[in-house]
Amino acid sequence: MSAEPRAVGAAVMGRESPSKLSVRGIAKRYGAADALLPMDLDVWPGEFLTVLGPSGSGKTTLLQLVAGLIEPSAGSLFIDGEDRTHTPVHQRGIGVVFQNYALFPHLTVRENVLFPLQMRRVPAPELKRRAAEALGMVGLGALEDRFPRELSGGQQQRVALARCLVYQPALILMDEPLGALDRKLREAMQMEIKRLHRETGATIIFVTHDQEEALALSDRILLMNHGRIEQIGTPQHIYEHPASLFAADFIGLSNVIQGRIGAGGVLETPDGALPLPPEAPRLSSGATAALVVRPEHVSLRPATPECAALRGRIVESVYAGSEFRLLVTLGSGTTIVARRSPGQAPLAIGDEVVLDWDAAQGRLLPA
Amino acid sequence: MAGPASAVPARRRWNALWLALPGALFLLLLLVLPSLQLLSVSLTDSETGEFSLAAYERAFGARVYARIIGNTFAIAAQTTGLCLLLGYPLAYWLAGLPARRQRAATLLVLLPFWTSALVKNFAWLVLLGRTGIVAGAFQALGLGQPPDLLFNRPVVLFAMVHSLLPLAVVSMLPVMTGIDRGLLQAAGTLGAPRAAAFWRIHLPLSMPGVASAGLLVFIASLGYFITPALLGSPQETMMGQAIITQVQQMDNLVFAAALSALLIGAALLSCLLYDRVFGLSSVSGGAAAPRAAGSPLRRAGLGLAASLATLFGGLSEGLARLLGGHRFGWLLPAYAWAIVAVLVLPLLAMVPMAFTSASFLSFPPPGFGLRWFAEYFASPVWMSATLRSFGIGLATAVVTTALAALAAFGLARGAGRLSRPVFLMFMTPMIVPSIVVAVALFQLFARVGLVATDAGIMLGHTVHAMPIAFVILLATLKTHDWRLDQAAATLGADRRRTLLRVTLPLMRGGLVGALIFAFLSSFEELTVALFIGGGLRTTLPKQMWDDVILQVSPVLVAASVVVVVLVTALFLLAEFLRPARRGRAA
Ligand SMILES: Nc1ncnc2c1ncn2[C@@H]1O[C@H](COP(=O)(O)OP(=O)(O)O)[C@@H](O)[C@H]1O
Ligand SMILES: [Mg+2]
Repeated sequence: MSAEPRAVGAAVMGRESPSKLSVRGIAKRYGAADALLPMDLDVWPGEFLTVLGPSGSGKTTLLQLVAGLIEPSAGSLFIDGEDRTHTPVHQRGIGVVFQNYALFPHLTVRENVLFPLQMRRVPAPELKRRAAEALGMVGLGALEDRFPRELSGGQQQRVALARCLVYQPALILMDEPLGALDRKLREAMQMEIKRLHRETGATIIFVTHDQEEALALSDRILLMNHGRIEQIGTPQHIYEHPASLFAADFIGLSNVIQGRIGAGGVLETPDGALPLPPEAPRLSSGATAALVVRPEHVSLRPATPECAALRGRIVESVYAGSEFRLLVTLGSGTTIVARRSPGQAPLAIGDEVVLDWDAAQGRLLPA
Repeated sequence: MAGPASAVPARRRWNALWLALPGALFLLLLLVLPSLQLLSVSLTDSETGEFSLAAYERAFGARVYARIIGNTFAIAAQTTGLCLLLGYPLAYWLAGLPARRQRAATLLVLLPFWTSALVKNFAWLVLLGRTGIVAGAFQALGLGQPPDLLFNRPVVLFAMVHSLLPLAVVSMLPVMTGIDRGLLQAAGTLGAPRAAAFWRIHLPLSMPGVASAGLLVFIASLGYFITPALLGSPQETMMGQAIITQVQQMDNLVFAAALSALLIGAALLSCLLYDRVFGLSSVSGGAAAPRAAGSPLRRAGLGLAASLATLFGGLSEGLARLLGGHRFGWLLPAYAWAIVAVLVLPLLAMVPMAFTSASFLSFPPPGFGLRWFAEYFASPVWMSATLRSFGIGLATAVVTTALAALAAFGLARGAGRLSRPVFLMFMTPMIVPSIVVAVALFQLFARVGLVATDAGIMLGHTVHAMPIAFVILLATLKTHDWRLDQAAATLGADRRRTLLRVTLPLMRGGLVGALIFAFLSSFEELTVALFIGGGLRTTLPKQMWDDVILQVSPVLVAASVVVVVLVTALFLLAEFLRPARRGRAA
């Protein structure tokens, strides 16, 4: 997997390059509740890191801590190797794009973009040039005299980006910046953000709860749950090697079959003994475990009476454009999802089928 | 039968805005037309009835009146400035509190707001007087004779600011609560220190609230007469007092009309100015009208904000550096609580004073007893005044709520070019000084025989109470989710049952609120009662006013305590019934 181009983060993970941002044991408590448990994290220069997790998992808290909007309860934080744990927000020089954009409603587009430059006392001629440049970058040069409320959601999003890019922060935080846009616009803005990332070379930490967005954008994904890191790695690595049932479930569709480790390298399930993947972790016999199989790896064929393999009955068929998703219920009641291209021989609801997959494609996880 | 031609006859859809008609007519007849009438009266000769400018010549010609007019505008402007300056930090503090604590703290500001100016000013009269708390402190400390605190300009300003500060705060609060605090955080991430973020972002965004607070306080202080009469010397005489004297003692309606016309003129001028800058509809907390990006006024404002940001940013950074990073975080809450304490002090001080055993008023009282309450409840004069106030208050509450509910419903459900004028019409009583309303109604009622009748007072109080009831109901109706009514209909409820089972229960808080606040506004109203009631139909505030002018007795305090307790109870009831959904989004 280190050969793939995506793995910038993983490649630089080698020690020599100093990290852009490094977080050591940072944590946040509100009263008795932990919003973020002590966490270590390194983000590499130029990396696009996505923070992914369900609502309430602590993503915003992490971002606010890095931006300096809230004080950590413990731990420390280094930017370019310097301790920034207690530096006030306005001196951190981090770019932040907020979910609701946080554009100043009483200022025009241009005045919004000028604001960070004025705060930095940039001299007048350069001020103008840089604002025009930033607005040009997001294609909004013509709208600079409008007020934010006179813009569409997508345009407001672009202004927020321009306002952040104009002072060329080396580290940019984005908290679900595309959450309020419709799907088409969201996909267009994803491409735009990727382009800006490439052009500026900035380090970006991008929060989302949308796994597709995370898969599409990131060099690495930081998967969070209940205020802790669930897994961190390249999108492909997390997809192919989920470290937990949560990760398997959260990223992509997964089939989870629960059972016990039986003698002879099988998983005993109510529907029969299933072979374990060759590289499965060593679990003692009798331990409960779950086998995770991605739908695209499950193949179906019509059942014949003499076949002894895993069988089930098709209970639902969902057309999804490029494929059919078939829901198959096993004898025990477990439901399995399989993908099937429209070209394959059609199977109908009610058909008895045999399910099959390459044992090496399954993942065994402790349950 | 089912042909397209015989389909259900297209019912002409009537515009719900028509429902505002009764209330609009009511205000037209009892506010707009009488005010215009007053203007025309002011232009006549009091003897012959012919056109004449004599009254205005006298107003500006005679030194004594010129001084009164000058006084009035000076005191009103000073009061307004002080209310805004002192109220802004308090409103800012309130707006930043978490929803629950904000509600509780706002109660402490609203309670004095709903306690009549008469009671509050009267309390100061005692507290600052020869037997009051300050004098007592001087004696206890052996400092000898206390300074003369009463009957001068500073005490008049102090008491007027005390009376009107809550109005300023509650006018600014909705705008400030609506400002997304995330914007200040965003400013921080963009490199703005706290002071810069406040001056460049918060201040400009809060300006509509500041302006409407300024407008309402200025107009209310223009017509003030209670404070200068109770706490001022003749030097502080204001136009409201002159109007009362002219009507009640000189019988010179023309001159009173001319003075009223000047007040109307000043009020209208301030409204016009306000409208040019912010748009009138933002009085009710609506969005400010968009301003052209290049307008000179806007540029000047932003420039000023930027300079203030630089100035105070530098100052606070310098100070923080000097004090090793100390940022006075405690200063704002300490200030806010101090102001709140001063606001509620006179209400609280009333209670021990009323239970005094002495035959004169003092704070603290020498001993405690119930004799003054006994006297209050045994006095036929006080009892009849109290009962009359209750009766008029109840009638006012019902009539006002009915008219305002129809109008609010019409405005929430109807549409059209007339929405804005209708809205403004129902807000008009707020932007006409109440002394003017009272004189206008007096000259109207004098001609139709409604002077010295309970009905007359009730009609006047309905005019007075209309805006508050209207605003409460409009807010309730605007946040009502009409899809719930549709849902009820699809579930099989007919219109009547939808109304009874869904619509009305959901609006209960708003309706009860409108009833309570209309009642309170009538129960404590003095100006209209003073003019329309004459000497015959005495309401409780009128009785208190007569008493305080003649002699300050402990019975008056007992009556005040009854008022304060009633107001508090009703106020808490309204608060309790208010729908709780206005929490701040996280
Ligand atoms: N200001 C706060 N006070 C109390 N609890 C908070 C506060 N902010 C966040 N939390 C809690 O911390 C947890 C993490 O929140 P957050 O970081 O906003 O999650 P996410 O952005 O992943 O949805 C949640 O349980 C949330 O309720
Ligand atoms: Mg969040």
